[in-house]
Amino acid sequence: MYSHLLPEFAVERIEDRCIHCRVCERQCATDVHYYDAELDKMFFHEEACVGCQRCAVFCPTNALFIRPHPAEYRPNSSWNREKLQDLKKQAETGGVILTGSGNDKPYRIYWDHLVLNASQVTNPSIDPLREPMELKTFLGRKPDNLEIDLNKEEVKIKSELCSNVSITTPIVFSAMSYGAISYQAFKSLAMAAKKFGTLFNTGEGGLPLNMRKDYGRNAIVQCASGRFGVDLEYLNAACAIEIKIGQGAKPGIGGHLPGEKVSENIAVTRMIPHGTDALSPAPQHDIYSIEDLSMLIYALKEATNYEKPVSVKIAAVHNVAAIASGIVRAGADIVAIDGLRGGTGAAPKAIRDNVGIPLELALAAVDKRLREEGIRNKCSILAAGGIRCSADVMKAIALGADAVYIGTAALVAMGCTLCQKCYTGKCTWGICTQDPYLSKRLNPEITGQRLINLLSGWSHEIKEMLGGMGINAIESLRGNREHLRGVGLAEWELDVLGVKGAGE
Amino acid sequence: MLMKKNYQSERHIPAKDIEACGLFGVMNIRGQKFGALKAIEAIKNIKVRGNGLGGGFAVYGLYPDYKDYYALHIMFQNKDLKAKEKTENFLGEHFELIFDEEIPTNPQVSPFCPPLVWRYFVTPKKGEMEQAIPDDEYVTSRVMYINSYIEEAYVFSSGKDMGVFKGVGFPEEIAAYFMLDRLYEGYIWTVHSRFPTNTPGWWGGAHPFSILDWTVVHNGEISSYGTNKRFLEMYDYYCTLHTDTEVMAYAVDLLMRRQGLPIEIVAKIFAPSMWDIIEHLPEKEKKLYTTLRMVYAPLLMNGPFTVIVAHHHEMFGLTDRIRLRPITAGAKDDLVFLSSEEAAIRHVCPDLDLVWTPQGGEPVVVRLNSEDHLKSLNKSI
Repeated sequence: MYSHLLPEFAVERIEDRCIHCRVCERQCATDVHYYDAELDKMFFHEEACVGCQRCAVFCPTNALFIRPHPAEYRPNSSWNREKLQDLKKQAETGGVILTGSGNDKPYRIYWDHLVLNASQVTNPSIDPLREPMELKTFLGRKPDNLEIDLNKEEVKIKSELCSNVSITTPIVFSAMSYGAISYQAFKSLAMAAKKFGTLFNTGEGGLPLNMRKDYGRNAIVQCASGRFGVDLEYLNAACAIEIKIGQGAKPGIGGHLPGEKVSENIAVTRMIPHGTDALSPAPQHDIYSIEDLSMLIYALKEATNYEKPVSVKIAAVHNVAAIASGIVRAGADIVAIDGLRGGTGAAPKAIRDNVGIPLELALAAVDKRLREEGIRNKCSILAAGGIRCSADVMKAIALGADAVYIGTAALVAMGCTLCQKCYTGKCTWGICTQDPYLSKRLNPEITGQRLINLLSGWSHEIKEMLGGMGINAIESLRGNREHLRGVGLAEWELDVLGVKGAGE
Repeated sequence: MLMKKNYQSERHIPAKDIEACGLFGVMNIRGQKFGALKAIEAIKNIKVRGNGLGGGFAVYGLYPDYKDYYALHIMFQNKDLKAKEKTENFLGEHFELIFDEEIPTNPQVSPFCPPLVWRYFVTPKKGEMEQAIPDDEYVTSRVMYINSYIEEAYVFSSGKDMGVFKGVGFPEEIAAYFMLDRLYEGYIWTVHSRFPTNTPGWWGGAHPFSILDWTVVHNGEISSYGTNKRFLEMYDYYCTLHTDTEVMAYAVDLLMRRQGLPIEIVAKIFAPSMWDIIEHLPEKEKKLYTTLRMVYAPLLMNGPFTVIVAHHHEMFGLTDRIRLRPITAGAKDDLVFLSSEEAAIRHVCPDLDLVWTPQGGEPVVVRLNSEDHLKSLNKSI
């Protein structure tokens, strides 16, 4: 423990309510609560508390309140509490400050400055409870046109088509690797994706052998800089392949799964020795240029007989539009853009909080650039990083995305409370941990159902909003910025988004 | 090809028009010509569907004496003679001029702010480098140039042996102004009565919209306008008029003229069947319709619309996939009618042989010397 730090959270226990059942003690992974048998009383070390709220939620008598610690330094807008605490931590350790989950800084959230349209009079709104409302989406490359052979009554398609993956709702689970998250959490995502007819992304940690037959058809398998678990069978088990170049939470940075988390099963899945660190280099060392990327894309296509779309995932950085254009021209079928608020299991705080650009602006710029170059149909765009609700999905699609990736939202559905301590491996919710005592808290059947409920709820809401606009198929919203207006945005922001201000 | 207006950002593009309308089309499938009376009387019958801010007619088989030449109907706003001079200089550079005259108008009729409307019969005058360009492409790009770059000049129509007459007013006023009932005959007549909600009267903004011999009259508001428009931009169609009809016209041009798809396929792109239905089709059709939806998803015309598209030898009507706007078809002997309302058809042809209401997304295709229009009868409501 650090010596000069104020606790982050204050624990308050209402003694009258406490029945000394010791649930809080068992639930806490950081040993905040403990029981003194002689006094028959619960005590706590609040400096260890991460604010995950597990104890408060599980307390049968609602005796616990966990709040941000009220202790304050002298108020200072520049040298605020977070800055001071970070300085003190570094003064003690000399290390890089790590954190987990997405950027929590108050950068403008453009979703909250965009409003959606609805029909009035000139165009009837459609009631999704009475009429069909279609969310089916295809991910992959589309040809410029279809050549059709019309022989008498027989109609045949002459054009050669690239493979596409169809999903029932434009929401896909973002890359979260087995190793970063527990097997139970990983399997929950797979089960939900399969049952709902969408996809999950394996991340860079491989796809366990026993899951390939049942869940491969719903998996996007990643080929990242560490190349963990990549072999022919892995690639061919999937429905799509993703080359991970970057991640919104840590553009330009690799990953590090410490050896203590590399259990036997993870070692087998990642094809590394048990207990060794799994280090993902910052770049892919066979990709130092766009032509190298093209070679990898086609190597993967060759390996899978051109049957699977290949996605390239990049972090949203300053010249994302030009990069995306290069990626499409290099042969990618899907471009995934991960914005400034994308999540992570572990990243240096300085990077998570300061590198990259907001997804909304990046997405608008990429979609515009690809259209200007006449190649928008040659790829699908997957938007990731900070999609919090169904309205965000709608807005992302209206800005130009084909579908969105959700990571943090799915984690929250599984139990996560964004305590940002994923990198400690002590996730009390059993998600971001390899400790069997903690991970068994997730039952994939139950957690999977929670994820299905989330997808189902969002899909219903999307249908309602689409119907309100008088649209009955999601493809008619794609890139349809006429249905967006900006509120409280500056000229340049509206220009980049390609959206009129409200009332304009 | 077509020219792009340079906007700093898409947000500077003007808002599109919103309008509702009355439509009527009639074709003699043996190619016999007839006068304007049916079209005028029918559209008068559905006056409530217009508000006097736009009316227009397209006529096929109009200029038998000049049928090998492109007939350009060009309007000069505010009777601007400078624009006319500029246009004629431009035409002189790019075309051989066969004959031109002012389109005669009735001085007794005084519509709102009439422009000067002139017709030119021309044939392309291609440079050495341009020999490989097909005539249609050549004419299209010159028309787009005039519309985009010559202020106050606007091309109503540019096909052979056909023409568009349109303007601000009720369609019967436009007909009277151009004396359609007295001067012209054709084997297809389509007519449009406009009910815009937000546009000041502009003669170029009336329907039919036309490029080459394709004309489109359209009723509806396309909720997918933004998606459609931005997709068409990738194929060099820039929507300068900001109406749903323009999007529809360009989509028809792209799919039918440039990509050579038949209307039966195009109908399944504009107004595709629901996935629920596609999934229960026989395997081959399922594959075809799935692929069409996948590839041409950005050209799905979502929201309420009815459209009547015509070009030589063919007229077809189509309504949106969930039939939010009406269309009725009727037939009597060699005449086939399409309209937003049955009443309009019955008004001009009380003893119809057949009358039917096509399903959403089922085109009624009226072809010269064929009975293809009856195919939609089997699937009607």
